[in-house]
Amino acid sequence: MPGFILRRTAIALAILLLVALLLFAMMHMIPGDPTVVALGPRSTPEMREAFRAMMGLDRPVLDQLGLLLVRLAQGDLGLDVWSRRPVLTMVLEVLPYTVALALASFVWALALGLVLGCVAVVHHGKWGDWLIGAVSVSFVAVPSFVVALYSLLIFAVWLNWLPAIGAGEPGDIGAQLRALILPSFAVGLGWVGYISRLVRAAMIEAMSEDYVRTLRAYGVGEGRIIYRYALKQALLAILSVIAIGFGSLLTGSIFAEIVFTRPGLGKMTYDAVISRNFPLVMGTVLVTSALYVTCMILADVVSAWLDPRVRSAI
Amino acid sequence: MAMLTDTATPDTPTEAAGSHEPRALARFATTLAHILSTPLGAIGLLLAMLIVLTALLAPLIAPYDPTAINVKDRLADPSLTHLLGTDQLGRDLFSRVILGTRTAMTVALTALATALALALPLGLVAGYGPRWLDGPMVLLFDSISSLPMIMLGLAVVVLIGPGVPTVILVIVLYSVPSYARLVRTQTLSLKSRDFIKAEQAMDAGTARILFRHLLPNVIGPLLILACLDISTVITLEAGLSFLGLGVKPQIPSWGNILSDGFAVIRKSAVPVVAGGVPLVLATLGFTFFGEALRDALDPRLARERRP
Amino acid sequence: MKPPSLEPPSAEPPLPAPVLDMRHVSVSYGAHVPAVLGVDLTIRPREIVGIIGESGSGKSTLAHSVLGLLPKTARMSGTRFNLAGTDILKADRTALAALRGPAAAMIFQNPMTAFSPIHTLGRQLTDLLWRDRDPSGAQKRARIVAALAEVGIPDPVGRLDAFPFQLSGGMLQRVAIAAALLMQPALLIADEPTTALDVTMEAQILHLMRSLRERAGVSILIISHHLGVIAEICDRVAVMYAGRIVEEGTVEAIFRAPRHPYTQALFACEPALVPTGMRRLPVIAGEVPRPGASLCDFASRCAVKAARCVEQAPPWTRSGEFPGHHVRCHGSALSGSPPSGRTP
Repeated sequence: MPGFILRRTAIALAILLLVALLLFAMMHMIPGDPTVVALGPRSTPEMREAFRAMMGLDRPVLDQLGLLLVRLAQGDLGLDVWSRRPVLTMVLEVLPYTVALALASFVWALALGLVLGCVAVVHHGKWGDWLIGAVSVSFVAVPSFVVALYSLLIFAVWLNWLPAIGAGEPGDIGAQLRALILPSFAVGLGWVGYISRLVRAAMIEAMSEDYVRTLRAYGVGEGRIIYRYALKQALLAILSVIAIGFGSLLTGSIFAEIVFTRPGLGKMTYDAVISRNFPLVMGTVLVTSALYVTCMILADVVSAWLDPRVRSAI
Repeated sequence: MAMLTDTATPDTPTEAAGSHEPRALARFATTLAHILSTPLGAIGLLLAMLIVLTALLAPLIAPYDPTAINVKDRLADPSLTHLLGTDQLGRDLFSRVILGTRTAMTVALTALATALALALPLGLVAGYGPRWLDGPMVLLFDSISSLPMIMLGLAVVVLIGPGVPTVILVIVLYSVPSYARLVRTQTLSLKSRDFIKAEQAMDAGTARILFRHLLPNVIGPLLILACLDISTVITLEAGLSFLGLGVKPQIPSWGNILSDGFAVIRKSAVPVVAGGVPLVLATLGFTFFGEALRDALDPRLARERRP
Repeated sequence: MKPPSLEPPSAEPPLPAPVLDMRHVSVSYGAHVPAVLGVDLTIRPREIVGIIGESGSGKSTLAHSVLGLLPKTARMSGTRFNLAGTDILKADRTALAALRGPAAAMIFQNPMTAFSPIHTLGRQLTDLLWRDRDPSGAQKRARIVAALAEVGIPDPVGRLDAFPFQLSGGMLQRVAIAAALLMQPALLIADEPTTALDVTMEAQILHLMRSLRERAGVSILIISHHLGVIAEICDRVAVMYAGRIVEEGTVEAIFRAPRHPYTQALFACEPALVPTGMRRLPVIAGEVPRPGASLCDFASRCAVKAARCVEQAPPWTRSGEFPGHHVRCHGSALSGSPPSGRTP
């Protein structure tokens, strides 16, 4: 098992390295003064100087890369040249909002997606199955920011039931939860369809296994077969896909954060992009990538641990 | 060896595809019938055709210049002169929605065509090229597709600035790895088939094998995959434009209409609804159509699209 | 071969009520694809009956039909299909479910896939005993351990927490038999129970099944394309071809004096029986036709076909010196002299 985790971690680190390399290469491949490329033409000379010093831009390119990698390895994402605050601190400040949104979206989407997937399997081949399939594929296809806009329009602007802006006052749990409802609805809706389709497909595959025939031959009820056997096998099969999905939820919340003016990683990245604040963008991209690959490792490890065959093999 | 070729002939799926026009026609008819036989497929085909037709005929349909500003007529309600009213700059919303269709389709098709053109040689090299190259290329495809794409897209935008080329670049970055991987797997499985082996044994040139056998067999599944991706790509373009990072604000695009509408959402709901409904119809239509097409032609290509 | 020291199945009346009684049972997939055609089969208590035939002869469909395990497209019909006193043709879903286990239990071909790979054997065996109310589970557990011990599994208590992949195929087939026994069924159906196992395991499993008949008094219906297995264990044999039973008799009758040309051809193709020195394994030319396509479905492949064979349906006739030996053939029923029989 430790060797398995180690291998996964190595791959994850390689992916992070690739992200850093890509960002570094992009900054240098664009023609022109890299400080102007990164900070925009309206940046002040002092800011450009600070950025030049931080990245070691007057040194050879390989040295710059080495400097960057050493800094990143130490967990130092550098200073934001606009506000002169450490990028890591800024990211960690808004991270809880994004994680809360991702978790809330994930929980309701998983719950509803599982139920829909199971109902579809129970009605396999009948009109209920078809209806759930049609609804699921529609949920996946509709862009989440349109869902966000329309739910804002209906529930916040027209009906005025829920807040349209912000994440609720700190300390006011009720307000924070109310502020989560619409964004998590918008982020999670597509995932309901995605998960229900995954669950349905995995369970139908499980139901065609030989052991299901054995259970049927002993008169074991379909309910018990579906919920105790097929569901467990299906969950095991889709667990890693879902956990990786959680990683992409973290980045998928960007639209909801902007539409509902919620603080968070996505909003911060967006603001940094608008103000051409490349150091901050680099920091948020690296942090989200790190979270993303962490979810991937966790997914692999957990599903390996839950599967008795894999557990004993590694 | 001549014997070998003989036995291999029936195995050749698209040998001289051009000479089988009646068969191709029949195949087209059965595929169409298959798509129309499911309700979602029929709806999808209808919507997709509607969108494509609108895009083609957009200038004829649109009653006004979609970029003409008329500050006196700002945020007008829908009426007979302005079917969907006007936006905050007094531009005719109906004309903007109609021409937005053209923007969406142009960007989507250009980007997908570019992605296909890049992925095809990459995948063929990985699958049919030197063996040592295969591993690193697969690793590269896998790494890129495991990156958080929106974030990377934003990083691209901050460096090269917003605009249509940026949107296309982001889409290409997003889709090339998965297409190249498909080309590679198809190539690998074909490579081990008898008819290719027979050709190799006959000392057929690499070019002949590539263009006569591999390419025709790889391109079908690739096009299905691209078709399934149209709605993702439309969403991506609209999303980036909505963020103000896509096509230029004055160009009519659904994302821009939504972005403008979001700014005035408390004054008027019309722009947001007008920009969102065609986007939803387009994504639903192309998804339904793409899935029906896949089910009709190659159900093994099924893969769950993430929202 | 030494037949078990048991009274001959077709002995004097009064006969005990049969466990399985099929009269003219047919099964078809969809509306027009017959798989089993007008089969008559009776299994009496403590009897072991084998069905042999090529793949596609309908023998598996027949076995699965007893438990209603056929796919939804399958249609069953017939004049009688009694399992332990219940008419399967008239039974509704609940009644059918009630039969699965207590009336008839089944063991399958591949023991490696017959159990869920991600649940412990204890969990699965407990679930098979879902009918028994036993809140603490201790009683069930004791019964399961006893059954595992009975089929010769070492450390039965420890096996409860084992996953299927931790056991060998032979061991898993023993577990499957133990599961069947826990039901105390009237009939045990074994669909190619030893095909996935190696030879030593095969012998052990067959021995186990025979001894269970002695101890538990269960009847066994065994499906196999392996003649050796059938000869080893059965009292009576039915030969199936293209959905019909073409010959039926005691194991001795079938193996010593096979009458139907198809049965004879089967023996000629059995690798274990082919004389050494033959350079090629004999095969029956052609393929199994669609059942019911002609009056005698074997006619197209038959070496002794006569004009009658295409004009008249072959009758089900008593034949030879062995009691209860029947054959569905024009030729062999009339020709008095039995063709060259073989001893297994």
